[in-house]
Amino acid sequence: MDSLYHIGKYMMMLKGLFVRPERKTMYWKETLRQMYQIGIDSMIIVFIIAFFIGAVSAVQFAYNLAQTITPMSYVGYIVKESMILEFAPTITALILAGKVGSNIASELGTMRLTEQIDALEIMGVNSIAYLVGPKLVAALTMIPLLVVFAAVIGIGGGYLAGISSGYLSGIEYIQGVQSLFLAKNVVIMMIKAIVFSFIIVSISCYKGYYARGGALEIGKASTQAVVLSCILVLIADYIVAWLVL
Amino acid sequence: MIELKDIQKSFDGAKVLKGVSSVFHPGQISLIIGKSGSGKSVLLKCMVGLLCPDNGSVLFNGEDFIAMNTKEKKNIHRSLGMLFQGNALFDSQTVEENVRFPLDMFTRLPLDEKRDRVNEVLKRVNLVNSNHKLPSEISGGMQKRVGIARAIVMTPKYLFCDEPNSGLDPQTSIVIDELIKDITEEYKMTTIVNTHDMNTVIANGDKILFLHQGQKHWEGNKDSLFETNNKELMDFIFASDFLREARAYRLGKTKK
Repeated sequence: MDSLYHIGKYMMMLKGLFVRPERKTMYWKETLRQMYQIGIDSMIIVFIIAFFIGAVSAVQFAYNLAQTITPMSYVGYIVKESMILEFAPTITALILAGKVGSNIASELGTMRLTEQIDALEIMGVNSIAYLVGPKLVAALTMIPLLVVFAAVIGIGGGYLAGISSGYLSGIEYIQGVQSLFLAKNVVIMMIKAIVFSFIIVSISCYKGYYARGGALEIGKASTQAVVLSCILVLIADYIVAWLVL
Repeated sequence: MIELKDIQKSFDGAKVLKGVSSVFHPGQISLIIGKSGSGKSVLLKCMVGLLCPDNGSVLFNGEDFIAMNTKEKKNIHRSLGMLFQGNALFDSQTVEENVRFPLDMFTRLPLDEKRDRVNEVLKRVNLVNSNHKLPSEISGGMQKRVGIARAIVMTPKYLFCDEPNSGLDPQTSIVIDELIKDITEEYKMTTIVNTHDMNTVIANGDKILFLHQGQKHWEGNKDSLFETNNKELMDFIFASDFLREARAYRLGKTKK
């Protein structure tokens, strides 16, 4: 019953987004601010992790392939496919669930606690549309971009680690990356990125917006936002893979 | 004018408001007083639409706020200002941006005119040269003034203040009380203040509504306050020896 109550409330929150903005320029300004916070502020951590995932994958695949007669160019192919199909969208989403999700939940929770959300409502501003809408738009724009860059950087990391490990040459790696390229996989990556962005931001906004109590509850809301987002991202990952592959 | 008719509100079966009715007039400061847990904040939240009463009606100039549709409610909201207990200023915005927020959101005025209006209200609340500071960089009293400036920047018809003196020193409290009194008279607003502060009660109580256990227990003004025999009200207002002596002195003076 409790789950049904929360699902209903979550749906009501999403319904609250579909209203006419009081002033479009104010919403646009807030969207730009969120794009900066969600996208630009997350770049470094996402890129560092993507680089090392690509690098570690390349070294480990190369180590395993070295024991077989499989051509070493397969390292490039495997790193490319795993980055595009899984690591770039899923790992980026899990990182952002921690960074962006907890940030959003605690920001909205604090706004609720300090009556800033009430102040917006009293002024006649639709607080859900103004606070959640720009965050969703910003996430749906910036997170897929981060995922694309993460995939490229991961493949680049694989290249550097692969050649420096001595298992394969740069030409072999590039041959592997260029072989059997399927545009469909990039589309799947983008679908995953969009679905994951929506999950992370909407769940975190829900947990933060409806937070009640004091500092302890805000901390709990923030933790719940991260945990629930991560679980739902992994479930959605499986469902998307099952539906489209 | 705001009229309350039989406002009732319960939470999880516990009745917090048990049928409160009253009328608040423009140009007057009406105070809602009572012990913690008496239902003051819930009543204020019902009046501004943050809570929906289980029963009863809130009439703004004769129109039932609770029965209004969303658009009509938004229009009422745009004609009211509220000063929150914790000020509710937006942390990430400067003083000027906080005060300008309602103008940015609801008017199409050019930026220069909006800035002029912001400076005018900031001057009105005696807060100059703080436009570019963040709320965290100014004192509690200054934050209250920013809250008042933001509440009056759209020239509201109704002003609601929730514990405007909480966390302030006695001197600053008096300044804030005087400010609320002055702007109420100047803008001819219907001002409703939720307070525990006895100085506010004695200075600004044009009308006083005393809530006790969710009910209207007494209604009057600052003058009739000294003559009442209502036990709960006496216990609440004249809780300290100082105030009891002040009452005795005043009553003695009146009898002479």
